[in-house]
Amino acid sequence: MVEKIRVRATLNGEPVDFLVAPYVSLLDTLRDELGLTGTKEGCNDGNCGACTVNLDGRIVDSCCVLGAEIDGSAVETIEGMAEPGKLHPLQQAFLEEAALQCGICTPGFLISAKALLDAEPHPSEDRIRFWLAGNLCRCTGYDKIVKAVQKAAESA
Amino acid sequence: MTIETTKGKYNVIGTRPIRHDGYDKVTGRAIYGADIKLPGLLQGAVLRSPHAHARIKSIDTSAAKALIGVSAVITSADFPGAQDTLIDLGEGAINFRYASNNVMAGDKVLYKGQPVAAVAALDKNTALEAAALIKVDYEILKPVSTVMEALKQGAPIVLEDLEGQDLGEKIDGQTNQANHIRHEFGDVEKGFAEADIVIEREFDTAMVHQGYIEPHNATATWDEEGRVTIWTSTQGSFPTRRQTAGILRLPDSSVKVIPLEIGGGFGGKIPSYLEPVAAILSRETGRPVKLLMERTSVFESTGPTPGTWMSAKVGVKNDGTITAATADLRFDAGAYPGSPVGAGMMCVFSCYDIPNTRIDGYDVVVNKPKTAAYRAPGATQAAYAMETVVDEICEKLGMDPLEFRIKNAAKEGTRRADGPIHPIIGAVETHEAAKASDHWNTPLEKNGPDGKLRGRGIASGYWFNIGLKSAVTISVNEDGTVALTEGSTDIGGSRASIAMMAAEVLGITAEEVRPHVADSEGIGYTDVTGGSRTTYATGYAAHDAAQDVVVQLRERAAKLWDVEVDEIEFANGSYQSKSDPELRLSHKELASKLGSTGGPVVGSASVDPEGAGGAYSTQICDIEIDPETGKTDVIRYTIVQDVGTAIHPAYVEGQMQGAVAQGIGWALNEEYFLNDDGAMVNSSFLDYRMPTSLDLPEIETIIVEVPNPGHPFGVRGVGEVPIVPPVATVANAIHDALGIRLRTTPMNAGSILSALKAKK
Repeated sequence: MVEKIRVRATLNGEPVDFLVAPYVSLLDTLRDELGLTGTKEGCNDGNCGACTVNLDGRIVDSCCVLGAEIDGSAVETIEGMAEPGKLHPLQQAFLEEAALQCGICTPGFLISAKALLDAEPHPSEDRIRFWLAGNLCRCTGYDKIVKAVQKAAESA
Repeated sequence: MTIETTKGKYNVIGTRPIRHDGYDKVTGRAIYGADIKLPGLLQGAVLRSPHAHARIKSIDTSAAKALIGVSAVITSADFPGAQDTLIDLGEGAINFRYASNNVMAGDKVLYKGQPVAAVAALDKNTALEAAALIKVDYEILKPVSTVMEALKQGAPIVLEDLEGQDLGEKIDGQTNQANHIRHEFGDVEKGFAEADIVIEREFDTAMVHQGYIEPHNATATWDEEGRVTIWTSTQGSFPTRRQTAGILRLPDSSVKVIPLEIGGGFGGKIPSYLEPVAAILSRETGRPVKLLMERTSVFESTGPTPGTWMSAKVGVKNDGTITAATADLRFDAGAYPGSPVGAGMMCVFSCYDIPNTRIDGYDVVVNKPKTAAYRAPGATQAAYAMETVVDEICEKLGMDPLEFRIKNAAKEGTRRADGPIHPIIGAVETHEAAKASDHWNTPLEKNGPDGKLRGRGIASGYWFNIGLKSAVTISVNEDGTVALTEGSTDIGGSRASIAMMAAEVLGITAEEVRPHVADSEGIGYTDVTGGSRTTYATGYAAHDAAQDVVVQLRERAAKLWDVEVDEIEFANGSYQSKSDPELRLSHKELASKLGSTGGPVVGSASVDPEGAGGAYSTQICDIEIDPETGKTDVIRYTIVQDVGTAIHPAYVEGQMQGAVAQGIGWALNEEYFLNDDGAMVNSSFLDYRMPTSLDLPEIETIIVEVPNPGHPFGVRGVGEVPIVPPVATVANAIHDALGIRLRTTPMNAGSILSALKAKK
């Protein structure tokens, strides 16, 4: 057995301290070691964005980052997006605008959209489409997702 | 935009409540198949064939079995050998023996990616390592990948025991032609003789994948009683139960399927791939086993919809009347028979009223993954042929393509080419709405920036929709809310629309209905979520179950007031005495008295309705092409569709938009790209390249409502017909922009440049 690596990081604002084998992706670390299954696997090769998380302020495909790499970093996942009892405006807008169908890509889209609004609070439709181009959705045709992000930006 | 005929008729139907399952899905709480965890869970891995066609001479699992941490290694020898029985799954049929070989190959592999062995181990990496240690000795055979190659004399034979049929006669000797069927009506020779213009064209389309984002998954236990429990993402718990039981040779009732949330399917999650394998691994280990499919295998081993060769011939008079039409549709089924060519034949001419028709359909096996349903299976390909020929005819006639379609439109009473008579349908209304649309009435500037050229295309499509079996129960809570239990797995918001129909009957709000998708032991038999049947048939069952609740609540009111049941009427959400206006209780008030009037009220219904009623869609597309590079951008898109009654208009629009996006990908760049060895070489999202948000414009929707008399609220299925026209629509737009007609898909930059070069 390969020796596991000790990792201390901040996950959704809380400290975590865990052991992980050196070859395990951040995606599998979140899902299997840390019990957060809201981050989804769609391709495991960095092309669909279903596993998007925020790592130190940047959005990354967590399937292409190793769990051991987050030592000393801050990671935000979909589980950390809502406040207790209150959805983030993006989550609320996704519900109101019917911006999800099957919902498997939704956590990744929400993480990407939040990073966009943090960087550009009032993006144009073009900027939204550009920022979300790393997240694949096969159900919606993106139309209602774009509109939900616009709505959330307006409500902020 | 909605052209509403049902406006003001309903309280709940037609509104846009937040879906009940939405909160869990925007917070990451929703549990999909891959998220399930069980005590003692083992992880599995599947070894797959690297060859498109090969005989398996031997499999040596000894090194894999010896690896520390490995609990079991299985091959087809561990399967019971399923029977040669054909079972209808709602959207396509399967033969259990072929289905068993498809999940674990027997003595031959028929496509790259076909499973040959599987492993269960303590963790995923050990399972993968063990799978890599399995030695398979193959005798590589020559593969055959396309329909026309497979039909040639002397072609490699995919299935040596296939009994081919041709127009009802058994074919002598070995063949790849599983079937050839024909629908003939009138006298096509006479019809073509009467025509002033006859156009006949041939088409080739590439195999494409449904492209759901969630890979297949299955977790299974096989207990000491011989009972199998499956947790999975499926389009139908009961069809998964039937397939798993059939492959494992168990009674259906020995298998329980617990459906978890499903991350897309579009037809591709009707077949079972991993469920029987996980079950056998559990039988061998005595522990629960989980299998997750990797994306490469999703492309190489599941889904796709057929590649085809097609021809279509249409004759018209100078006044635009269609006199005759023939079509020859040859679909590749993949490795086992059962392509959706029959559905393609049902749809190919069904936008029109044509007096003389002949349709030939061929189901052909090739060395590619077994095809599965993909959203209006077979109809998109057929419409590509028909609708581009119609566009060419309109060009020759100098006739407006919408006028031509309205003039020849199928109507109530028109005989469909394969026999059935159309009930009330919305073909004319859909075309009229397209004609009145802002898009159609806004002229397109043909010259874009930087030398780019623009074009506009339109095309129409038909899908017949299906009914099939659904069951619903509704339990009334003392606070007046109700719990609704259904068997239709929810792939895109159907829980909300089904709850809304129950709410409409009961006179309560959508939020006061809590819908729940039960497992295969928690509700009556329910067919697949497919065929655009869920909102129609399960909604029908919800309506009937709610009516059953109303009947029982009237009885409770009668008991309470000591009057005859006939004395009680239910109107505007209240139960009241016909003779004494003082005796009146709202649904909520009456619900609070159930405990003292006989106990809980549970309404139930099971249905198998036959009035699904077909659906039509007409679509308009503006594209901009760079003639230097062939790059094509869709710059405006409008979809018009008759939906009967839009229960939850936002999710109806979502179905329309999502299907258009898939159709644009299909038209412009998606394909199974095979090498000379018949192996798919673009089996990743990077190389397969589905549309992203940056590739698409806003997709404008126009909902037309021609209520379906075969449903209590007028529902027609909405999920499938929107993918029927897009490929033809894009092709017609390309012609308008460049003057070239592309008759192969994908119509990518390369094929556009080649066609431009050939034109010069």
